[in-house]
Amino acid sequence: MEFLTNLAYIAASVLFIFGIKMLGSADTARRGNLISSLGMLLAVVITLFQGGLDYTWIIAGILVGGGIGAVAAKRVQMTGMPELVALFNGFGGLASLLVGWAEVAKDPSLSSGPNPTFTAAAVVFAILVGGITFTGSLLAYLKLSGKLGGSATTFPGQKAVNGLVLLLLLGFGIAFAVTREPALLYVVIILSLAIGVLGVLPIGGGDMPVVISFLNSFSGIAASAAGFVILNNVLIVAGCLVGASGIILTVIMCKAMNRSLGNVLFGSFGAAAGSKQEVEGEMKAITSDDAFYVLEAAQSVVFVPGYGMAVAQAQHAVKELGEILESNGAEVRFAIHPVAGRMPGHMNVLLAEADVPYEQLCEMDDVNAIMESVDVAIVIGANDVVNPSAAEDETSPIYGMPIINVHQARTVFALKRGQGAGFSGLVNTLFFRNNCRMIYGDAKETMNNLVGQFKD
Amino acid sequence: MELTLLLFVFVMAAFLGFELIQKVPSQLHTPLMSGSNAISGITMVGALAAAGTMDSSLGKWLGLAALILATINVVGGYLVTDRMLGMFRKKDR
Repeated sequence: MEFLTNLAYIAASVLFIFGIKMLGSADTARRGNLISSLGMLLAVVITLFQGGLDYTWIIAGILVGGGIGAVAAKRVQMTGMPELVALFNGFGGLASLLVGWAEVAKDPSLSSGPNPTFTAAAVVFAILVGGITFTGSLLAYLKLSGKLGGSATTFPGQKAVNGLVLLLLLGFGIAFAVTREPALLYVVIILSLAIGVLGVLPIGGGDMPVVISFLNSFSGIAASAAGFVILNNVLIVAGCLVGASGIILTVIMCKAMNRSLGNVLFGSFGAAAGSKQEVEGEMKAITSDDAFYVLEAAQSVVFVPGYGMAVAQAQHAVKELGEILESNGAEVRFAIHPVAGRMPGHMNVLLAEADVPYEQLCEMDDVNAIMESVDVAIVIGANDVVNPSAAEDETSPIYGMPIINVHQARTVFALKRGQGAGFSGLVNTLFFRNNCRMIYGDAKETMNNLVGQFKD
Repeated sequence: MELTLLLFVFVMAAFLGFELIQKVPSQLHTPLMSGSNAISGITMVGALAAAGTMDSSLGKWLGLAALILATINVVGGYLVTDRMLGMFRKKDR
């Protein structure tokens, strides 16, 4: 039976590998997800067949968890996707923490494994990574959903405190691995949970794409660590795959901001207000009536959505305007910056929900190549990702960050709630350019307004 | 020896993971993340064994809590990824 179980675990791992590979391409992604879920089903079913288990509680647990998961997945709005993924991440992390803890609770000497010290070290690692994933994700969830302010929270000596807690954690962790004294483990649990909170506190809302990717990776590593605790290959392989994919996403996000991971995690970006810049010129407003005439004549239009579009829930109105412009003879594209929004690919999901055709969603480089031939670029609630300072002003904190070059378009409309600065606290020099016009107000209202004028 | 083998498996899986997901179009970042997130719920397999012990020790209840959380992660993660990918349609006109 054990042989069969292990064979099934290998099969499940293969299904995960194929599934995750297929998730990387648009044509196969949905099938890939299905294949990976079959792998999960196989792994769970074969585990249940092992026998000697108390099925009452297992069935109860699966029903409760499955019910909650299914309802959450059905109900969530696409704008709430970053919060949901953060929450799921956190649950996965906590589950791995508990699996590690349960192993110690059942067998305090950890003598069932080949090497008690190794198992104890794996338990510490599962608890450490799982605990950070749990509280870090929970805090990210609270920041993303607006239940807590989204800004970076800093206090004097923060790095020293974090460093000290981490050192203590390592000390207690090593002590537990050597002595296996249960009391030490409780300290490790508490400190791990604390580190998750302390680590995410100084990270602001605009850096959330990096944080979520990073925690995503951590949830996988935690599962892998739990695999070392219970000596199970499928946990090790599947967890490690997720860990690797999360790291890759993290690196992509960091590159898109031209910052190192260390700078994002420890730099408290966005906490300090940007230096006062003097910008020549002024921000020129335009009414949506006048904007309509420009759009009516436009041959080529690019929409650049940002987090503001998600906040205003404007994606459906944007899509409608896009369709009208297209039937009016214009070529319509949506240019999406890799870090627009609050999680990787956030804008793509919103626009897909609004039924924007996949072909119209363009990556940054493709759009930049044709930007000079674009008649109108409409910036909807995006700010730093279209700030020309990143390309031109060497003293700017975001210098070097790749941006969507809307300033090269003939005309730019920037939809914005008010005159305030973006997440980074930087002045956006785009808004002061001669070819840029501001349309103040709620993005959804502005869009509906423009749509209405086309219909008249 | 067994431990070395497990570490070997871990390292191989890491390299495989990096190779598999080198170039993902940015359109798919969110589904990739929520889909891989569901896979990290594999810890459910570990939770099953812990929750299924016949006694009613602390370990069992910890296992049950882990099982519920991991199942939320697995079921919710796969369903929401499927829902999202269902929206990524090609233009059919």
